[in-house]
Amino acid sequence: MNHQRRNTLKAGGGLGVLGLLAAAGIIKPEMVNAAWNQTAFEAKNMDVAFTALGAEKPAESADVVITAPDIAENGAVVTVGVVSNLPKTEQIVIMIEKNPNMVAATFTLPEGTVADVQTRMKMCQTSEVYAMVKADGKFYVAKKEVTVTRGGCSG
Amino acid sequence: MASPMRIRALAKDGVTEVRVLISHVMETGQRKDSAGALIPAHFITELTAKHNDRLVLSAEFGPSVSTNPYVAFKFNGGTKGDKLVVTWVDNKGESRSDEVQIA
Repeated sequence: MNHQRRNTLKAGGGLGVLGLLAAAGIIKPEMVNAAWNQTAFEAKNMDVAFTALGAEKPAESADVVITAPDIAENGAVVTVGVVSNLPKTEQIVIMIEKNPNMVAATFTLPEGTVADVQTRMKMCQTSEVYAMVKADGKFYVAKKEVTVTRGGCSG
Repeated sequence: MASPMRIRALAKDGVTEVRVLISHVMETGQRKDSAGALIPAHFITELTAKHNDRLVLSAEFGPSVSTNPYVAFKFNGGTKGDKLVVTWVDNKGESRSDEVQIA
């Protein structure tokens, strides 16, 4: 782990560092995609991530159901499904708490799309998997711990 | 040029179930190669699906989505023979669109 780099990033703050990285050619200009929620995807803790997604403190809800294995032998491919039984579900966000970037994927569901999505994630280590749902303008969350036998982020 | 996506769209009882398998490295930007150099990030950032010309899913991905991403979702409506188009864009500006007929 390169601690010095992390500290530099922390010390430099958001935009300044991005600018420097862009100048150094590390981030190419086309990476800065206008629609993509960069703040959320680069969040390093759950509170920042929730805020970037517009949710201050989502309420825990039993109507949000996560389908994921209790034990994932291969962290490189962990199938995660989320079903929301809340009416007017507009958005589903999958987050992996202990990944370097916790926001994994956001799904925006136009009217008529069923609140039932499934995808595959990388998990670096054993972690809580969060599903955040926006329904009728309000935010709800559910979580489930997945034990990872072999991390899927390196090698 | 990226390989084609594998898309299955099946209409049943008024609901269309879609499964998409995309061929993409989904490189996180945090791994190092054998020489210790950082492998640059290369991952899909956005994915959309349209039924005929109506948007049925719009997703944003971070690098935590697995290599060769898989997405399954369902929408109300859709009949056999309708057009379904899935498009992705990655952080390098590459993109790909594939079209199938709902079965």
